[in-house]
Amino acid sequence: MARSQPIAPNVGRLSRSQVSAKRGLFKGKKTSAAPAKPETPAHTEKTVGGKANGEKRLVPTNKASKYYPAEDVRKPRVSRKTPGKTALRSSITPGTVLILLAGRFSGKRVVFLKQLDSGLLLVSGPFKINGVPLRRVSQAYVIATSTKVDISNVTVPETVNDSFFAKAKAAKSTKEGEFFGEGKEKKAFPEEKKSEQKAVDAALLASIKKVDNLAKYLKASWGLSKSDRFHELKF
Amino acid sequence: MHPGTGRLKRQSTFKRFVEVGRVVLVNDGPSAGKLAVIVEIIDHNRALIDGPTTSVPRQAFPYRNLILTPYTLANLPRAAGSGPLKKALEKAGVLEKWEQSGWAKKLAARQTRKNSSDFDRFQVQLAKKSRRDLVRKAYVKEKKASA
Repeated sequence: MARSQPIAPNVGRLSRSQVSAKRGLFKGKKTSAAPAKPETPAHTEKTVGGKANGEKRLVPTNKASKYYPAEDVRKPRVSRKTPGKTALRSSITPGTVLILLAGRFSGKRVVFLKQLDSGLLLVSGPFKINGVPLRRVSQAYVIATSTKVDISNVTVPETVNDSFFAKAKAAKSTKEGEFFGEGKEKKAFPEEKKSEQKAVDAALLASIKKVDNLAKYLKASWGLSKSDRFHELKF
Repeated sequence: MHPGTGRLKRQSTFKRFVEVGRVVLVNDGPSAGKLAVIVEIIDHNRALIDGPTTSVPRQAFPYRNLILTPYTLANLPRAAGSGPLKKALEKAGVLEKWEQSGWAKKLAARQTRKNSSDFDRFQVQLAKKSRRDLVRKAYVKEKKASA
């Protein structure tokens, strides 16, 4: 508001865009370092007159403020509560076949492996059957079916956690290079992710094979047709 | 007693009558889908029904929520208690006859279909697919043979 002097109460002289142009934040951060300031001592020694005053006295360079608030301002109390782990729906247990309802793989039937620390569900297609890799999904976007896959012999390695799914930071590219489409080569899929996927899926596939038609079931995608009455369907 | 059994043997289009001893299918309320027997006629709207073998409590029930079945317990006295009624039901073997009937089987099938899971429905779809395929192949074979 300082730049835009009011011409009437609550009406500035300049428009919002004019103010933002004047502020010039678009120019970016100032990177040049400020010149080093000479350090000033907190106290200076001064000679004082008078016999009883001890000749010398330490005087603070910056005087303490005379003002202090007369009334105590209440500080809000710090809450000691921490958000707990997301409660898993009772119908979702390890091995439950889930139907994904949102995202790139919506309509796919996948196997639930475990709940991650973030509260998201770790699922696998398995990749070989329906192309769904190890993936995190929110339980809000999922239908839990009553079908269970026996995953007692499946071990999810410790490395498959929330950070496993974090995106690698891309190196900064120059503007010009971006324009000419440089540095746009497709990155190869990381080998370790491939091997983790295989390790998890191997045991999973073995137990899926034991049940008739289960692999076909996971391969087929789910959808509603005209005659389906969703409120009466049981999963 | 109903008109069909009188002295005059007349042809009637009606075969099932509201009468004491008539086995009925309860169509509403907590006992819906269970068999009971009309024990006493209360008025032209309600009857006293009881189902000791199917755990239908003895109660007054409106006719519009009862479906008459072809089974009756002949010579059941009016207002028979649950004990004698149970004996009569077991002697007549009504429950076995009911379970053998197409009607009961259809109701049961409808119930299983309603309670089927997503995986069950998928397997039904597969079975239908293979049946279609078999029929089609047989048809083509027959057609070729006859031509």
